[in-house]
Amino acid sequence: MAEVRLENVCKQFDEVVAVDNFNLNIKDKEFVVLVGPSGCGKTTTLRMIAGLESISSGDVFIGDNLINKLPAKDRNIAMVFQNYALYPHMTVFDNMAFSLEMRKRPKDEIKQRVQEAAEILGIEYLLSRKPKQLSGGQRQRVAVGRAIVRKPEVFLFDEPLSNLDAKLRVQTRLELKKLHERLATTAVYVTHDQIEAMTMGDRIVVMRDGLIQQIGSPLELYDTPANKFVAGFIGSPAMNFFDADVIRGGDVISLQSGEVRIDLPAKISQLLADYQPQQIAVGLRPEDLVVATEHAPGQTIQGTVEVVEPVGNETYVALNAVSFSLIVAVGRKTLIKTRSNLVIAPSMENLHLFDFESGKAIR
Amino acid sequence: MAIERVGSKVFKFYVPLAAYLAFLLFPFYWMVNTVFKSNSELYNMDLNPFYVHSPTIGNIVVLFTETIFLKWMANTFIVALSATLISLVFSLLAAYAIQRLQFKTSGPTGVAIFLGYLVPQTILFIPLAHIIFKIRLWDSLWALILTYPTFLIPFCTWLLMGYFKSIPKEMEECAMIDGASRIKIFRKIILPLCMPGVLSAGIFCFTLSWNEYLYALAFISSTAKKTVPIGLVTELVRGDVYHWGALMAGALCASVPVALVYSFFVEHYVAGMTGALKE
Repeated sequence: MAEVRLENVCKQFDEVVAVDNFNLNIKDKEFVVLVGPSGCGKTTTLRMIAGLESISSGDVFIGDNLINKLPAKDRNIAMVFQNYALYPHMTVFDNMAFSLEMRKRPKDEIKQRVQEAAEILGIEYLLSRKPKQLSGGQRQRVAVGRAIVRKPEVFLFDEPLSNLDAKLRVQTRLELKKLHERLATTAVYVTHDQIEAMTMGDRIVVMRDGLIQQIGSPLELYDTPANKFVAGFIGSPAMNFFDADVIRGGDVISLQSGEVRIDLPAKISQLLADYQPQQIAVGLRPEDLVVATEHAPGQTIQGTVEVVEPVGNETYVALNAVSFSLIVAVGRKTLIKTRSNLVIAPSMENLHLFDFESGKAIR
Repeated sequence: MAIERVGSKVFKFYVPLAAYLAFLLFPFYWMVNTVFKSNSELYNMDLNPFYVHSPTIGNIVVLFTETIFLKWMANTFIVALSATLISLVFSLLAAYAIQRLQFKTSGPTGVAIFLGYLVPQTILFIPLAHIIFKIRLWDSLWALILTYPTFLIPFCTWLLMGYFKSIPKEMEECAMIDGASRIKIFRKIILPLCMPGVLSAGIFCFTLSWNEYLYALAFISSTAKKTVPIGLVTELVRGDVYHWGALMAGALCASVPVALVYSFFVEHYVAGMTGALKE
């Protein structure tokens, strides 16, 4: 049983605020991912939970214990580092046994638990090797093995997959997820990769400049991003944004950007009833744009195809609509050619609107 | 074309290398050459000086029977080894603390230690002599064992600081989470990993102490307590008479242990100097 609670946690390095007023309640057995661009404070937050970084203000609890001042070794956590931090002079067995030895467990128990962990990860045959004799993927497993051997209350992962090649990363991602199901232990996972975050997290915390932008399940973040930053960060290819003028004509509200006009359906128009500013930020995901046959002013967007990018399962088209450009996902097979004209219809249900000044979602 | 390349390698690499080697090894050759010459041959200008005409071990016999050379060797060994061990212990702890324990004055401390290294021995031996005299260590091996670290520790500390830097911090952090204390981390993780660094620092200390001349000359006066460099020069140069043969025999015997130490650890020495930690 270990939930992790962070209450008003702040971290300052001299003048720089790395983490600002961080509040999060991680439930027992939950897999929470901290994600954000580099320098957003996600790793610092993780290190504060681990006890590798002091807490400037606020409280961190594991279970019911306040652990602000508790040394790392007494927090009953295990951490997997980005560079694995295996001890190069020890064999895999000794690497995995180290934490148990430090805790003075009996020899038999150590042997049994290392064996157990090695079996779970399928690395029994590596136990007598030294880290330098292992491949990147194997090292990563050993690093995970070293963490699970102790049966800690909380796992902390600091970008554990970023040193692996793309294929191995996908595979290991899956295995880590399975491992978490099996061990049913609270896990906090830091990554800058939004796909990793989406695929692994029960809940995702999106951070930027030390501030939490949004906390939610992967699909919550995808479908209802709290602001423009989250909307742009989650999803690949990223959401298209353009600025538009709000034109109020009776019941119908239209968005106008250059030549392009989009008439909003009544439901969305209602949302804008109280919206004062003249300008608004519009977000459209590439997959929410449908190729149309004919241009219907107010309903569709017309433009010139600039680039066609087939990626296999889909093809992305870069469309220049004069006042802005868009990436459109057009399915697997397409006859669309570069420099041709293309008409697309945005799916109105999935239209995202953001406050022009603050970037906050308008809902 | 292949021949051309081989030729260019010979001229660009092997010829300069051979010339450099000859330059470096000539003093040794001269030393060995002199050891096995009798005095009459040594001073006979008509003979080819690069060649020993009638080899003799008379000079070695003189060295071992007329001086207490073995005693000097023992003294030198004791002093060099003790000074090395003391310096290593202090340097290791200092370097680790400066590099890894983030205290406010860690940077300035490192610089201060370095500045200590810059003070020339020729100036430092005067106040040191005063101190040695005050604490009654005059004419004792302890005078050398305790003063050599003054120039050994700064260098070793800097060498080891560079080495510690190459050990990823995460490794220590991981050990910390694993439940190890600072001392344990130092003993179980850091020390084994920086062995090449420790070895090269040790070799460096040992050879410097072995060859040290100025302090030994200033702080030691009785014959039985002299180290090899001082013993040879003070006992085998009598007035203006140089006993070249015996001097060279002493120099040869004294350089053998150092050469042995180097040849055993040369790989570690290079790795340590370049601060390379291979995963």
